[in-house]
Amino acid sequence: MNRPVGTMTLTVNGSEVSLPADPARRLSEVLREQLGLRGTKVGCDAGDCGACTVLLDGAPTCACLTPLAQAAGRSVETVEGLGNSPLQQAFLRHGAAQCGICTPGMLMTATGFLREMPSPTRTDVEEALGGVLCRCTGYTKIIDAILDAAPGAPEAMPASGHAVGAHVARLDGAPKVAGCEVFGADHIREDALLVRAVRAPGAPLTFEFGPLSDWADSKGVEVLTSRDIPGRNRFGVIPAFVDQPALAEGYARLKGEAVALVAGPAEIVSALDLKDFPIKWAQADVDAPVHASHPDNRLISGKVRRGDVLSAMERAAFVAEGSMETPYVEHAYIEPEAGIAWMEGDTLVIQACTQAPIMDRDDTAAILGLPNENVRIIPAATGGGFGAKLDLSLQPLIGLVALKTGRAARMIYTRAESMASTTKRHPSRMSGRVSADAQGRITGMEFDGDFNTGAYASWGPTVSGRVPVHASGPYYIPNYHAEARANYSYEPISGAFRGFGVPQAAILQETIFDDLAMQIGMDRLAFRHLNALRDGLDTVCGQVLQGVGIAQCLDALKDPWEKACARAQAANDRADAQRHGVGVASCWYGCGNTAIANPSTIRVGLTAQGRLFLHQGAVDIGQGSNTVIPQICADALGLPLAQMEIIGADTALTPDCGKTSGSRQTYVTGSAALRAGQSLRAQILALTNMGAEATLSLEPGSLIVSDGHVERRIQLADLKEQANGYVLSAEETYDPPTKPLDENGQGAPYAVYGYGAQMVELSVDVKLGTVKVHKITAAHDLGRVINPALAEGQVHGGIAQGLGLALMEEFIPGRTENLHDYLIPTTGDMPEIETLFIEVPDPEGPMGAKGLGEHVLIPTAPAILNAIRHATGALVTQLPALPHRVLAAIEQAQR
Amino acid sequence: MPEIAYHRPDTLAQALSLLQSGQHRIAAGCTDLFPATQAPALDGPVLDITGIDDLRGISRTDDGLRMGATTRWADVIKANLPPAFDMLKAAAREVGSVQIQNSATLAGNLCNASPAADGVPCLLALDAQVELASENGHRILPLSEFLTGPRRTALRPDEILTAIEVPAQACQGRSSFRKLGARKYLVISIAMVATRLVVQDDKVAEAAISVGSCSAVATRLPELEQALVGRTADRALPDIATPDVIARRLSPIDDIRADAGYRTRAAAELVKRTLRDIATREVPA
Repeated sequence: MNRPVGTMTLTVNGSEVSLPADPARRLSEVLREQLGLRGTKVGCDAGDCGACTVLLDGAPTCACLTPLAQAAGRSVETVEGLGNSPLQQAFLRHGAAQCGICTPGMLMTATGFLREMPSPTRTDVEEALGGVLCRCTGYTKIIDAILDAAPGAPEAMPASGHAVGAHVARLDGAPKVAGCEVFGADHIREDALLVRAVRAPGAPLTFEFGPLSDWADSKGVEVLTSRDIPGRNRFGVIPAFVDQPALAEGYARLKGEAVALVAGPAEIVSALDLKDFPIKWAQADVDAPVHASHPDNRLISGKVRRGDVLSAMERAAFVAEGSMETPYVEHAYIEPEAGIAWMEGDTLVIQACTQAPIMDRDDTAAILGLPNENVRIIPAATGGGFGAKLDLSLQPLIGLVALKTGRAARMIYTRAESMASTTKRHPSRMSGRVSADAQGRITGMEFDGDFNTGAYASWGPTVSGRVPVHASGPYYIPNYHAEARANYSYEPISGAFRGFGVPQAAILQETIFDDLAMQIGMDRLAFRHLNALRDGLDTVCGQVLQGVGIAQCLDALKDPWEKACARAQAANDRADAQRHGVGVASCWYGCGNTAIANPSTIRVGLTAQGRLFLHQGAVDIGQGSNTVIPQICADALGLPLAQMEIIGADTALTPDCGKTSGSRQTYVTGSAALRAGQSLRAQILALTNMGAEATLSLEPGSLIVSDGHVERRIQLADLKEQANGYVLSAEETYDPPTKPLDENGQGAPYAVYGYGAQMVELSVDVKLGTVKVHKITAAHDLGRVINPALAEGQVHGGIAQGLGLALMEEFIPGRTENLHDYLIPTTGDMPEIETLFIEVPDPEGPMGAKGLGEHVLIPTAPAILNAIRHATGALVTQLPALPHRVLAAIEQAQR
Repeated sequence: MPEIAYHRPDTLAQALSLLQSGQHRIAAGCTDLFPATQAPALDGPVLDITGIDDLRGISRTDDGLRMGATTRWADVIKANLPPAFDMLKAAAREVGSVQIQNSATLAGNLCNASPAADGVPCLLALDAQVELASENGHRILPLSEFLTGPRRTALRPDEILTAIEVPAQACQGRSSFRKLGARKYLVISIAMVATRLVVQDDKVAEAAISVGSCSAVATRLPELEQALVGRTADRALPDIATPDVIARRLSPIDDIRADAGYRTRAAAELVKRTLRDIATREVPA
């Protein structure tokens, strides 16, 4: 039977649906755009990520690879049809969803699988889920949930005063596991125009447009170029380094740079072949400086120097040196950038994925020539960020279309477009030397690194600033000289990626440390412990620290280390192609911006009706600030977390909590939340003349304050309404107390640091060069664990990204702009992870807490390289350690 | 809505007639067609052959085994097949992911003609032949002749690959498949090897070995196969597979996944491991 156009009938979640549709259209498109079932996510349109998995006659199938015609007459099940299944409940209970973008695909895959195999082993689950990528969780909690797919609610909400430290399930988790979370591509407005960008096919290229209006008229679309930009066509995350145009002006500096916008009805724009867009490209001089203002392509360099490193090296008993090369690394969040913009009166509203709403607002306003107050940013649920969603992407583009046309404008990046045009981890070339005395105490260290910052500045200055400060690792080093340079190139923009260059530096430093320990003849863990920073010692910046937990982290690894080394030894005694090894590496990381202000402000208020609201503006990209910040505030105030209603980030509704980066939200926004909670509590106590120990309870319309003897009741309706509609409220700002770095990098760049160490057990197939990581034991000092479940999730996810960095991830511009050539770890690549939380309170952090988000990624890759060397004698010095590189290193080591 | 040239006939005759009447893009599992475009729909005109029930399924014939063109890789995994097909089942589990295996077809893997197609080395080691149908009749080609280069086949514009046939002789023996990639699942291989041995009285009576991802088209290793015949199938058997015997049939390239020299060495190691898999595996009683 032929099926020309007409009506197609299929059964969706048990109901028969007939719709007029193109039989050649992807089922994912039909579900999302025609049936409004946006729980089915699209991450790649190529079957590489599995986010769009639906059940087709019960079998997990990528909806993006299924033409509608093949679904006709069949049963399609989507996440919307699950109806709070036991599996979904288990996902919520286990914290299996972080950002939530992969959750529907995971749920559908697992639902189909569990019907076939109701009592699987862990290995069975790993294989069943091998085709669904997650970038946040490291898969551990997802697999835990599938193995425990039984009904059951999360643990009861903690009592008043006991929120901090409790296993609170993610407060924003329910919509994530239901599949109804609204990500950038999921908010729709009637008659929204679809926007696509015309992008440079290479770089550097000059370009000239042909007859744009003729082309636009012939297609029935609008075309916008840099000439239509009413404001300053430059943006950047650091005011002093604003150098990137929203739309290039005659000259493209990187492949994938946007040069023009095409906007129109979705059915026209989505079908357009932009190859016939009227533009003429010409190759430009590749040897010309990327920016005329920087003739040597040097964007900036950063330096930390103290003592006399050269004489330390000369006098040292032992000196080890090394070099390391790391590639571009792609964030590979499963949600490509997406969002929608519309006008509300004079206000441009943008709802898009982001990590930094206020920065989005200010830069978009500048580009579009609007006052800041006429731009409102509503962060969409963000399907992974890891640093790349700090920079503007489509905000000014859809904003421009909405402003110029007066119509809503929607844009969804393709996977290739996302990978080509957004920021990456800086590729690095680093070298260094470390010296020690006869007793194994480190006497000096030199570090030198070049970081390819790509075509625009982005976070290059931050990387060159953070690297020299952190390249020492969490160790006491009296003589030190570190320099890092960020250099422009006609390549993808390097920006922020979980750790801002520190993970790269740690790879060099921690592998040299192993060399040095082996030269000295010391146990590698003991060497680190001996040299670990301790309270009262100063860092390479001359900052004397308190609450330093690195030695405690290394202590926690001592017993596992000895056992693991013995296990490896025993395994290697059986001669085999598999050689076992154990490696360790540490991390430290300063929380918040480097020696510049980065305040957060939190507002909390009670209404006359007795409702408690928290204005929580820290964007939760999956890391958990929507849960952790309320936990802190609830305990500071002394009311139950369950009574707190959360108003999420929105530049019109929440005060500025800065950006979600630098592992700063728990610490900085948490400190503001602590103070806001305390301040509101103080008002309440003052109002009732009660002492600090009094307990509060909230009932409809009234607040009860009791000290066990006296009970006072505040009738909230009797109080005068203040600003923002509250009868009682507090707003507090916290900014980390730091001290600027001088010309030698001496000062106090951060007020709080976090620490950690990870131990890796792995085996190397010495005939093939393949590496299998079996177990990672991760000891992290969080100061105070606000939420153990969420903290574990951060550790698992950071380790997954660190493992990818070590073993498989390499972004090659123009070649790996998809998720089958660019590899990130799958379920089958993850080791067992044992998490050990250490609590050495920080005197400055809220309730002693320190940051964690970036720390967790830093030790993984160097610990893996150290374990490979332990197993084989070979140090891989070019990442990733792909099998051919490992084998070559083994051969070189044997020569 | 404009007329969209998308045809999904339910008989082969209708499909061949449409193909005779004009150029169509033949679609089956669409797991290669959709990734090749960023558009929300496939470009037409499309001839979707998945509605033809007769093209799907595995059956035994007088001459051996017949696998219909649109048999899904998941069907292969679930099918009851002799040990000679263990390697094909293992390869089936490596075709993309469970999602891909539920959609992707055997014929699609062949017609896409990727040098890294997971199914090809096994089918070569099974002496597979392909059946090509057109309105003018059928023809049968050995798979090795059907695959003419990377992304190139001997399929004519008016033809549909309708079935893959494995001769009875090649349904004999035991088999092993090894794939090497930089991650566990959903990975394009760096090298892969499919090996089938017929062992009689502890001696190799017949050997079929092929290597994928190390040449423009996956290739058999006839010199090694010959050298193996007559040898005792024991732990020493893999020693015969030296890199120099294997290298002459390979023409690997340097790419993002590995360099050429590594590929050759890895292929030799994988050949050894497949030989060991078979020679040391307990034979079911």
